[in-house]
Amino acid sequence: MEHNHITLPEGSIEKTTTTLNIGPTHPATHGVFQNIMEVDGERIVSSDQTVGYIHRAFEKLAERRPLYQITPITDRLNYCSSPINNMGWHITCERFLNIETPKRVDYLRVIIMELARISDHLICNSIVGVDTGAYTGFLYVMQYRELIYEIYEEICGSRLTTNIGRIGGFERNFSNTAFTKLEKFLNEYPKVLKEFENLFTRNRIFMERTQGTGGISAERAMNYGFTGPNLRAAGVDYDVRVHQPYSSYQDFNFTVPVGSTGDNYDRFLVRNAEMWESISIIRQAYEKVQAFKGTDAEVYHADVPEYYLPKKEDVYTKMEALIWHFKIIMGEIDLPKGQIYSPVEGGNGELGFYLISDGGRTPFRLHFRRPCFIYYQAYPELIKGGMLSDAVVTMSSLNLIAGELDA
Amino acid sequence: MIQEKLVAKFGDQVSQFATSYGMLSFESPKEMNLKVLQYLYDEPSLGFTFLTDICAVNYPDQKGAELVVVYHLHNLKENIRLRYSVSTSLENTDVYTATKLFESANWMERETYDFFGINFVGHPNLKRILNVDEMDYFPLRKEFPLEDQTRIDKDDEMFGRG
Repeated sequence: MEHNHITLPEGSIEKTTTTLNIGPTHPATHGVFQNIMEVDGERIVSSDQTVGYIHRAFEKLAERRPLYQITPITDRLNYCSSPINNMGWHITCERFLNIETPKRVDYLRVIIMELARISDHLICNSIVGVDTGAYTGFLYVMQYRELIYEIYEEICGSRLTTNIGRIGGFERNFSNTAFTKLEKFLNEYPKVLKEFENLFTRNRIFMERTQGTGGISAERAMNYGFTGPNLRAAGVDYDVRVHQPYSSYQDFNFTVPVGSTGDNYDRFLVRNAEMWESISIIRQAYEKVQAFKGTDAEVYHADVPEYYLPKKEDVYTKMEALIWHFKIIMGEIDLPKGQIYSPVEGGNGELGFYLISDGGRTPFRLHFRRPCFIYYQAYPELIKGGMLSDAVVTMSSLNLIAGELDA
Repeated sequence: MIQEKLVAKFGDQVSQFATSYGMLSFESPKEMNLKVLQYLYDEPSLGFTFLTDICAVNYPDQKGAELVVVYHLHNLKENIRLRYSVSTSLENTDVYTATKLFESANWMERETYDFFGINFVGHPNLKRILNVDEMDYFPLRKEFPLEDQTRIDKDDEMFGRG
């Protein structure tokens, strides 16, 4: 009679650590990430990440699309704050083509971008809550993200992948309903954010779970290419809105909150503080928008016939409008030669667009600088020596968005 | 100012200085890349200690310099951005790695390798990152065009081409 023995890999008997696979799809990862961890009991000895599960070749796709068709691609980068990506792309195009946008457009964009920032931070912070065992905050604030999505819906018709705005401005003026919904949000949300903070900020369990875990020094964070709230939590006050203002951010008063230890708790606090700043920026922007009277209050796009679609009734009645309509839709407009790197402050860091044109109708090359792709490589260092359960919190507090990571 | 310092240090090894949309850009031979990056990092009056981005571009018409590796650097204190590029041929795609200087270069170089096949010499873990490991070509090179949308040889009724 033959005995079938199990053959173990070399070195298995002496091995004192366990290999643990988390992901690609796992309730704890909030996105498609794989981590293969070497754990000693509950302590992490080392870890190895695999990314790229939802890679969709955006940079290649962009090489044969006219500029306006690239906007829906940018939606799918950081889909928790896709309006910022859309605006970032429009601003890149406008800088590249030397298009000056009217002030009202800038202020409307600021409103939308800050709403997107709030919804991004809201998701991130409430998920940190979920991962430390507090589901209530998450369920409670979802209702208010819904209010933000309703405002998007009123402006562009969609909610998650927004494709909002056009090169030169917006596709239509904001309706009164949009402003009513914005007022409703501005009235209701601060109270909720206060309650949300009360739930977490001085909550003993939450503090003990997040303080001192996943920390990083300012030097290491910069060396790892951290940007956005994660870098600011480590104590570096770098914010693209201040350092390289776009969309008239120089007209607004706001502070850049910073942390000191760069740990999960500081990241949480920085994001919360930024939401307060965003509310204040939206209020200022809304005031500025309301100050426009008469025909100024009707301006919602720049006058760029080569890139901004004419009105539909003009297309039916005017020859010139019909020609522009055709040329824009078919992508028959030659771009100038040149290259530009244009960053915006995305929900989780500096979102950069590196556009190279050789004078053709589509970009010769378009590269997205995706913040979380760059800072996710620090993850093994952040979690090394920590507990497995803290690694889960660290991952969610880094605000990793798989769509952006994999482009 | 930056240009003068670089020329004083490296002479005619650095060239093609140009400013477009407010950003200074220059080039150097690819063997120089670490020396230039190290100088930009160490020199206190320059202080380009933040690596914003690494990517590559493929220019099929530039014979002998088809692949260009582009570094975007940032001096966070003075808030100055800089673009620096080195070019390499398709036959010999060796470029020194910047991972010793910037931890962030690790994945950015892996991505650049993945899509353009730049061989970063000295990289600790140079393997594909976004594409599957079995892939045997470098998809963002211009020799791989996207499918022609007007092709008619496909019988694909489900997707509206039939």
